[in-house]
Amino acid sequence: MTRSAAADISVAVVVFPGSNCEHDAVQVLSSLGVRAELVWHTERSLEGFQAVLVPGGFAHGDYLRPGAIARFSPVMDAVCEVAARGVPVLGICNGFQVLTEAHLLPGALQRNAGGRFLCDVAECEVVSTSSMLTSGTVTGQRLRLPINHFEGNYTCGRSTLVTLESRGQIPLRYVVNPNGSMGSVAAVANAAGNVVGLMPHPERACNILTGSLDGEILLKSFLQAAANRTGSRGTVAAAAFTGP
Amino acid sequence: MRFTAVVEVSALEGISDPEAATIQRALPLLGFDNVGELSVGRVFRFVVDAADEPTAQTAAAELSRRLLANPVIQRADISVTPLETST
Repeated sequence: MTRSAAADISVAVVVFPGSNCEHDAVQVLSSLGVRAELVWHTERSLEGFQAVLVPGGFAHGDYLRPGAIARFSPVMDAVCEVAARGVPVLGICNGFQVLTEAHLLPGALQRNAGGRFLCDVAECEVVSTSSMLTSGTVTGQRLRLPINHFEGNYTCGRSTLVTLESRGQIPLRYVVNPNGSMGSVAAVANAAGNVVGLMPHPERACNILTGSLDGEILLKSFLQAAANRTGSRGTVAAAAFTGP
Repeated sequence: MRFTAVVEVSALEGISDPEAATIQRALPLLGFDNVGELSVGRVFRFVVDAADEPTAQTAAAELSRRLLANPVIQRADISVTPLETST
């Protein structure tokens, strides 16, 4: 995707009451040459967007369970609708929790084993490259990504985990399991690979000043998937983050 | 008729319960060496208007399934009783 092709891509960054990573996401996506627009949770249409990002934070205060109430925000019907059409949908941290509660992704995120809030850098390994998030990586590639969560302990039925692993629906796993996630799962994809949720924050790993540029690799894959659907050709430009 | 519904949501058997484990670890510090198998849950109480008790039970179960509990990791125990009102 060239810069001009990237300019044809518009990404909806969904904002719930309590989201707090939306501006980071917009800044990074903009630096990669696409349009990124905040979309309030009461919107009912995502017409005109080629990709959707559900950012981190505490949607609806995380009351009841993280993502449990956000799932019923009006915008989520539109997110489900575009996801079914193959539009790339990326959930980061709390966004991952929202996507599981909305049944766009299997499993659930429960409290970290050990009962600790985690604020650290996690080394993650690419398990599958078949998802839209990891299509620009190679299997076994290691990425350094920030984590910042209390409820990131991925949980599902044993048979579900086996199915996910066998079908390439685990894009990333932790090299050292920080939170008790089954199978050291750090990211999960739907069967089609266009919906992915992950607990690490790629948008916070796009500036060398914050310690890693590895997040850019994943976000470029995300945008490339959007570009591929719209018929744009070329590859994502090596758009170095130029922000502060 | 009005019914009081009580929904108790807790971790499914086999699902780790780190909050309960943390509390459990604290108990010996208070001298409670004889307390075990502690679990943590949440209780929701609400009033349902329904024609009869089975209908109220069905409504409470549907509300639990859709919102109050995540069936992937949680169970919901539901009880419904007629609401006694003063006359």
